[in-house]
Amino acid sequence: MTTETLTAPSNAVAARRRRTFGSDVSASGEPAQWALGGALALGIVLIAGFLLLVFWNGVATFFPKPIVALTLTDGSTIAGPIRRSEEFRVPPNELASLPPPVQALIRDDGGMAERQLIQIGNFDLYNEDFRWVPSYLVAGASRPRDLVLMERLEWGPFVGRVKQVVEDGRPLADGDPLPTGLDAVHRKARDRWQQIRRIERGDIGVVNHDIDGIRLEVRRLELRHGPDHERVVAARRAAEPELARLRTQYDTLAAEARRLRQEDARTTITLADTGGREKSMRLSEITRFVPANDLSLLGALGVYFDRWGEFLADEPREANTEGGVMPAIFGTFVMTLMMVLVVAPFGVLTALYLREYARQGRIVAIVRISVNNLAGVPSIVYGVFGVGFFAYLVGGSIDQWFYAERLPSPTFGTGGILWASLTLALLTVPVVIVATEEALSAVPRSVREGSLACGASKWQTIKYIVLPRALPGIMTGLILAMARGAGEVAPLMLVGVVKLAPELPMDGFFPFIHLERSFMHLGFHIYDVGFQSRNSEAGKPMVFVTTMLLIGLIFVMNLAAIVIRNRLKRKFVGAQF
Amino acid sequence: MNAPTFGPTSYHPTKGERTSLEIKDFNLWYGAAQALFDVAMDVQVGMVTALIGPSGCGKSTLLRSMNRMNDLIDNLRINGAIRLEGDDIYGPAIDVIGLRKRMGMVFQKPNPFPMSIAENVVYPLRVDGVTDRALLEQTVERSLKAAALWDEVKGRLKENALGLSGGQQQRLCIARAVAGDPEVLLMDEPCSALDPIATAKIEELIDELRGNYTIIIVTHNMQQAARVSQNTAFMYLGRLIEYGDTKRMFTNPIEARTQDYITGRFG
Repeated sequence: MTTETLTAPSNAVAARRRRTFGSDVSASGEPAQWALGGALALGIVLIAGFLLLVFWNGVATFFPKPIVALTLTDGSTIAGPIRRSEEFRVPPNELASLPPPVQALIRDDGGMAERQLIQIGNFDLYNEDFRWVPSYLVAGASRPRDLVLMERLEWGPFVGRVKQVVEDGRPLADGDPLPTGLDAVHRKARDRWQQIRRIERGDIGVVNHDIDGIRLEVRRLELRHGPDHERVVAARRAAEPELARLRTQYDTLAAEARRLRQEDARTTITLADTGGREKSMRLSEITRFVPANDLSLLGALGVYFDRWGEFLADEPREANTEGGVMPAIFGTFVMTLMMVLVVAPFGVLTALYLREYARQGRIVAIVRISVNNLAGVPSIVYGVFGVGFFAYLVGGSIDQWFYAERLPSPTFGTGGILWASLTLALLTVPVVIVATEEALSAVPRSVREGSLACGASKWQTIKYIVLPRALPGIMTGLILAMARGAGEVAPLMLVGVVKLAPELPMDGFFPFIHLERSFMHLGFHIYDVGFQSRNSEAGKPMVFVTTMLLIGLIFVMNLAAIVIRNRLKRKFVGAQF
Repeated sequence: MNAPTFGPTSYHPTKGERTSLEIKDFNLWYGAAQALFDVAMDVQVGMVTALIGPSGCGKSTLLRSMNRMNDLIDNLRINGAIRLEGDDIYGPAIDVIGLRKRMGMVFQKPNPFPMSIAENVVYPLRVDGVTDRALLEQTVERSLKAAALWDEVKGRLKENALGLSGGQQQRLCIARAVAGDPEVLLMDEPCSALDPIATAKIEELIDELRGNYTIIIVTHNMQQAARVSQNTAFMYLGRLIEYGDTKRMFTNPIEARTQDYITGRFG
């Protein structure tokens, strides 16, 4: 009797189930699906839009733009590539000065008119690089074939015509639009300029380095024994012939550089702007001729890739708005690599102890929460800590003990690539710890037990079984850390990034890797070019190109890490039963 | 109906040459909950001993107490003793790692390591620091042959063990367990994740390994216990109810609960 009541189907429940089946919106989950899909779509649109903006502007920057010559209503002419155009509201006092028909036209447009931003160049003549030209001031426009944009070492580009090129007192024959044989002469001039640079920066640099080394050696002895100790005196005397030899070498090199400079000064170029104002300079000061209105598509592409080559391989000029970003690429790469090398063992060891050895109790829970919270500390705080602890405290002590002879100029006691890497390692270590802990806890208990049952100790089990198995997950953490670290700028500004680093952190001088040196960084470069330079208009395209490059660099580094991770995954996780 | 009386009962199993594992009045608690009550039995050397009983009766716990796998669990408390050839495995002088080296263990789910087949087999030797190539190769062949896997994998010893089928993986785990030349082989439901063909192979294998090793096998499958074991222990609610010769247990059980269980009336 009782069993029957329990097992008999309840009609009310059955009826209810039939009624609601398939018709209830909240049960079918369709709105949720729309919301999920919508969220994804929104994310994709934002990311794609951002990438498109960066890439479009970045890719187009180096393509030569046509040079437009404008005749203005007052009879003067200006020329240059058009950067962009926009609608603007004409100021009342300017409006009043215009002829009545133009005034009427502007009034019809609601007081608005169009204007174009022309890169007029010739900063040395005009004291400005860019000029807004309202359309009502333009009487006529043309694209003369003989207008050339010339990129220079100083003063920014020159827009105008080549009047005359003189090589060793002999003028070159006129050509169209550039004098005949200019290419060869220009290359020769540039080679000579490179040679001067090599002597002044390279060879003389080596001599200076050697002289400095001798001076520091003597100073070290002075600090150890006192200034009048016999060994110091002996060392000073012993250094004399070497110093004399180096000084002669210096003089020879300096004379050679002087001779080359004089030779260089004999090859000159005379330029004229559209108004006819002339300007003479050494030919070697011009880095590139771009006859933009006279270029075939192939020629334009040649200029385009040549500019890319310069950008990737050269040092910056003109407050970073021209030239290349090679030191910044190098700095970003080396710093990120060093950061990973530091953060990987540090984070993994910490996580191993936390997960495998520590007694899972209140203290470990507190440590874990604190680690997670560290990920939320503003990065600038890490920068402050880095400069205070690493640079001043640790670096200052290192200077006192090992580089006393160089004081008061600091060696490690100031920002440098080592301190920057350590600071970023500290910043990213929570990510690595959390990811590693996740990866360790995902290693199945059965495999650990299998190892222990074979008579392996706990450490052997971790070494042979757990770590290899967790490696892909740990790599994921490192990839995240790397992406975060490579894109970080704020803390770096305090611990070693500079606008313009005189030397790379690696060079030919012993010990070849100079961890104490300050360095350049693509992220800081973006900030500097975009917001700190004399001429933000000139720097704007560089912001996009540099951003593109930074994204590209991080992408490549991530890709490499992902490839390694997938290889490990195939090896260690494989097809699970 | 009378309240059931549970006592530590041992009904003289088929004797081997000597006792391998001697379990005496063994009690075990997970925190406050007692999982084993006064278990006492003598596992005979060279025999296959099956532990049967319904889920949660403590057979796996008892098995894992024998090589101290339960040490990994917090709040575990025991009293009583388990002796392996006379050595108290919970004694203060015992080296747990050394103890585990004397016992091989095969788990419910095949758990090959993410390494090559050969490396899997010689893992117990690797942790002992053996680097002698000849010895390692010899062990690979001997163990795989013992686990009846040699013919199937001899051409691909360098391949990842995770590419093997489930049954092969389990036999690989058996090969690994015997590679260290243990005295006792503990098997925790080794066939529960396998299909009937793979199960038959493993059972055959157990039969072949008998004599060389003392085997203790936990199983849910009564037919399997009947087929492979010489002695059977029936456990219920953490107590050893009946322990004795398998044939006798399955034909003529002494305890009513054993009878009920093996005839399928509960469990």
